[in-house]
Parts: sequence; C-alpha cells; structure tokens
Amino acid sequence: MEVAKLTDVTRIYKIGEVETRALNGISMTIEEAEFTALVGPSGSGKTTLLQLIGCLDKPTAGKIIINNEDATKLNRNQRADLRKGTIGFVFQFFALIPTLTAYENVELPLLLNGKNPTERKGRVMDLLESVDMLSHTHHRPDQLSGGQQQRVAVARALSTNPKIILADEPTANLDTKNGEQIMNIMQKLNQDTHTTFVFATHDPRVIKYAKRVITLEDGVIVGDSTSK
Amino acid sequence: MSKIIIMAFRNLGRNRRRSILSALALSVSLALLIFMSAFNRGQIRSSMETTLNLDSGHIQVRATDYDPDKLSVAWEYLLENPEQAAAQIEALDQVKVATPRLIASGIVSVQDQHSGVKIMGVDPASIANAPFIDGLVEGEFLTADDREGILIGYPLAENLKIGIGDQINLLVNTSAGSVDEQSFTIRGIFSTNSTAYDKAIVLMPIAKAQAFSGADKHASFIFVLLHDRDDAKAVAAALKNPNLQVETWAEMNDILVVMDEFSNAFILILGSIVLGITATVIVNTLIMSVFERTREIGVLTSIGMKGSQIMSLFLVEASFLAAGGIAFGLLVGWALSAYYGMVGIYFGDLGVTGILLGDRIYAYLTLEDTIKLTITALVITLLASIYPALLASRMEPVEALHGKN
Ligand SMILES: Nc1ncnc2c1ncn2[C@@H]1O[C@H](COP(=O)(O)OP(=O)(O)OP(=O)(O)O)[C@@H](O)[C@H]1O
Ligand SMILES: [Mg+2]
Repeated sequence: MEVAKLTDVTRIYKIGEVETRALNGISMTIEEAEFTALVGPSGSGKTTLLQLIGCLDKPTAGKIIINNEDATKLNRNQRADLRKGTIGFVFQFFALIPTLTAYENVELPLLLNGKNPTERKGRVMDLLESVDMLSHTHHRPDQLSGGQQQRVAVARALSTNPKIILADEPTANLDTKNGEQIMNIMQKLNQDTHTTFVFATHDPRVIKYAKRVITLEDGVIVGDSTSK
Repeated sequence: MSKIIIMAFRNLGRNRRRSILSALALSVSLALLIFMSAFNRGQIRSSMETTLNLDSGHIQVRATDYDPDKLSVAWEYLLENPEQAAAQIEALDQVKVATPRLIASGIVSVQDQHSGVKIMGVDPASIANAPFIDGLVEGEFLTADDREGILIGYPLAENLKIGIGDQINLLVNTSAGSVDEQSFTIRGIFSTNSTAYDKAIVLMPIAKAQAFSGADKHASFIFVLLHDRDDAKAVAAALKNPNLQVETWAEMNDILVVMDEFSNAFILILGSIVLGITATVIVNTLIMSVFERTREIGVLTSIGMKGSQIMSLFLVEASFLAAGGIAFGLLVGWALSAYYGMVGIYFGDLGVTGILLGDRIYAYLTLEDTIKLTITALVITLLASIYPALLASRMEPVEALHGKN
C-alpha cells in the first residue's frame, strides 16, 4: 500500500527577485513499512522534500497524495488535521517543548487527538519504554542529554500511530553511540509496527541501516536503490 | 485545553523577570488610576459636603425674585415672616433643620486695610451653625442678644492682623440702596477648612443684621438641611408655592454636578491612555516571546496543533500576565486609597469661586470606579495581546522550523 505518492513535484522558493528551485519535478512513491534514506549533498532538497511529504509546506507545482488524500488541495487547518493522525516528525535539533516533561511531550499529540486519560497514560508509558526512557519520565528537556531528548522525540513522533515518520538528520547532533541507538530503535519500531520511516541524512553509518536509498542532487532524483 | 493553560503558565516562568516586569507595569498604572479616581471622588465629595453644609444647604426657600448673585437686601427680593415659614418647614419629617438667614454685602476695614465680605445673619441658636461652632479656633460663638459682636474667619483675621476683642469697622449696602457703617467687636474666629470661604464672610445674629442693613424682619432665604440629601427633590416638591422660589442642592450647585461628570470622563480618558501605554509594554513582551519561540511554534504545528490553539496559548499567557498585574495593582491602589482616605492630603487654599474645597482632601474609592477601571485594564490588555497571538498562529510551519533557537 502506498503511504505517499508524489507526481511532478516542484518547489520554488522566492526571496525578493531570486528564485531557488529546491525541487524540480520529483515523482516517487513510498510504500508502507519502508525504511528509506534520503541522501544527497547539502542544498539538494532533502529537507524541502520531507516538509512537502509532511504537509508542512505546499508545492509550487505537482501533486502529493498522502494516505489516499490529496494534500495539495487542503487548507492550513485540514493539513494540520492530516498531520495529526498520519505523520510524525523527528528533527535534527531535539525539538521537544522545553516547558513540558518527557512524559508530557509524548502525551501532547495524543491530547491533540482527543484521546482519553487512561488510553494516553498506557500509550505514553509503552512508548517511553520502547525508547528506553522510563527512568526519565518527569525530566524536562534541559535535564536530558541530546540522545535522551532525541529518543523522547522519536517516542513523541510515534505516539499517534502515524503511517509515516519523517526524520530530518536525526543523528546529526549525536555522537556515534547515541546515533546508533536511535537508529536501532527506529529500525526495531519499523520491524515491529510496520511504521514507514523516511530519513534525510549525510551520515554513511546511518545510510547502512536503510533498505532503500534515494539520492537527490539539485532538486532531482538521481538514484533510487533498494537493497537486501 | 487544560494543557494549553499549563503550558501558558509555564511559559511565563521561562523569562520570569520579563514577565514580572510587564505585569508590574500594569499594576503600577492600574494602582495609579485607582488612586487618582479615589482622589477625584474624594475631592468632589468633600466639596459637596462643605458646600452643602456651609453655603447652600440641601434646600433654600426664597422669595420669587431673589437673586443669590446680587446679595441685595431690597425688600422686594426678601422673604417676609421667615421664622414662621422656617418653623413650618422644620415640621416636615425629612427636615433636620430650617433656619432663616440674611445675606448682605459689605466691606471690613481695619485702619487702612479693606476687605470685601458677605455679611451673614444667622439665628445663633440654630444647629445649622455647627460647621462654624465646630470650627471655632478662638473665642466664642454669637449670642442672640449681642448687638456688637461679630464672628470672622481665621484667614481674614490673619490678613487684617486682628484678634479676639479687637474692633473692626463694617460697611453695609442697605435695603434702601445706600450704605451704613458701624463698628463691631470680634467675639470669635472660626475655620471651616475652606480658606476661600473663610476669607470672605463675617457672621452676626440675624436680628442685628436685619437692623444694620435695614432689612427689618426679612430674610434672604430659609436654609434647610435634610436627614438625607436624596430627599431634596421630594421635599422641594412639597414646599412648592407660587410665591416662593424653592431650590435644591443639585440646582444650586450645578457646577459641582458638571464637575463630577467631567471628572468621570477625564478619568476614563486618562485611564485609556495610561493603560494603552502599558498595553504596548505587554504587547512587546509577547511579541518578543513569539519570536523567541519561532521554532517551538513550528514543532507544535508539526505535531498537529492548529492555528487557533496556538493563538489561545498566547492569549492565555497574556491573560495570566493581566490577571497577575491587575490583582497586584488593585491591592496597591486600594491600599493607597484607603491610607489617603484616612489621613487625607493637604492642599491649602485651592478654593475656586463657586466651589468650596476643604484644605485636606480625603481619597474616596467607590466599588463602581474600581470595577470600571479593572475591566478597562483587562479589556485593553487582552485586545493588545490579540496581535502577537495572531502573529504566532499565522506563522508558516516551514519558516518556523527554520527559525534559529
Ligand atoms: N525557506 C527557504 N527559503 C528560501 N530558500 C530555501 C528555503 N529552504 C531551503 N531553501 C533553499 O532550497 C534549497 C534546498 O534546501 P534544503 O534545505 O531542502 O536542502 P538540504 O538537502 O536539506 O540541505 P542540508 O543537507 O544542508 O540540510 C537550498 O538551495 C536552500 O538554500
Ligand atoms: Mg536539510
């Protein structure tokens, strides 16, 4: 089953008179349970592509179908709704809400999805356990290490059982050991829950985890290989 | 929603000093406004009290043609048989006291110093003289059969450098339209705490004033005090008579009534300006925190928070600031008003023609003023916070995520 289908997607950024063609006619499909790396040099359009798949942004031209819904036809609020249940994000910076504890950060998307308290509690504890963070449930982000924060962020991205998790250089700010831990966790979750993962990365140690590697250059796909 | 409230509350703690300072800005301006309105009310109230007890009374009954500005004692302007009329009025339940008074114009002379005064003839036995009796600084009050005694105000005595037992020369405009002159002995010196008033009036027994000015048995008006000044209209209606002019305190003191309305409007305008300035401080705080949290807003959007929810996050934050600032401001404003309501503020001679002011003004805070100002403060602050909140909710997630942190 297709989780995302892009057809001829172009994204042009315009700053004053200057136009940057960040993506230029991208067409691709992402299937359920994929574990895909998006690679390419800096400025090749990886982040832009993730943001479009994540419905954080709209393409200048082309069509994007997410979970059988045409995201290009949705307004801001409808896109927010689509994101809420279908898409989870993990960012390069450890994007936790600084005023909320680890527990509350993971709980927030569930609250936004209107889940009841008992459901929430069970789910949050399960997730924190799966990222090995049960011992730090009531710590605030500034009381956690980068690796710990990123694990909480992964748990948060997973909380609403999204179809697809988009991770933009999730290991870039982590040392090797923590980077591997995050990749192991994501890989295990992919195998256990069949959640789709797409991550943008430069890191060869990360790329080796991927089953499919899509290579971008100057906003076009120049390579797409599936291993194993 | 409850999470939004918790987040908003914790957000205030992130830059505690800034939050406290902006809440404090609101506190200070609200406290100031509350105190100012209390001061204003106190001023109006005290000038009312003073004017009513001393000068106009709650009701005056006069002859149809009497003109209070002329101080004429020509008979056609005066009341005949005032004692009888006063007794009838006093028989009414709502009336505390009714007493005839005669007002003539005159000039006090001591050696080569002269001073224009109102000569007021009063019934020495009447309780309506209380402000003068209570205000005696020196000497004694008048007695009914005293033919040479006179009572003068403290500032006039100071100006003319005279004291108890001294003689003054008094000139009076008589009923016949000429002038008469006689010398009087100072029996007492009073102070009503209204310098402007005390400077320009002398008191003598009404019988003496009548004889001296040629008014014979006439009086200028019956001075009436009621138990409750709100009954003035009803009593005036009951006293209505084609041969009489019956005026209530509100009619006689229209300048005070206008002043009251004017100062209400003034406080409201001033309040809006001061609170408007304070609101910009709060807007500034909120805008700063919106920009500081650009990336965080992006993260919130990416996990599915809607614009409206982000907006309410900032609005709730502003409400907390407003609530804290207002609560503290109320407390300080109330404390200031209460303190100066007890001790008063000394102002000296500020008397303006037509208005009698005590020298000390006592703040007087009303519930109505407090509520009005509090609501104004709340509404202005919340209105002002709409813009930053809107700014946050309109932020594009992509740009927000690019924001530096
Ligand atoms: N918000 C923006 N406004 C203008 N131009 C942008 C914006 N975001 C990205 N770009 C431009 O679009 C192009 C693609 O950027 P993008 O961030 O997608 O690259 P990337 O592959 O993620 O790079 P990196 O590996 O450095 O993260 C770049 O030339 C970039 O300068
Ligand atoms: Mg990037």
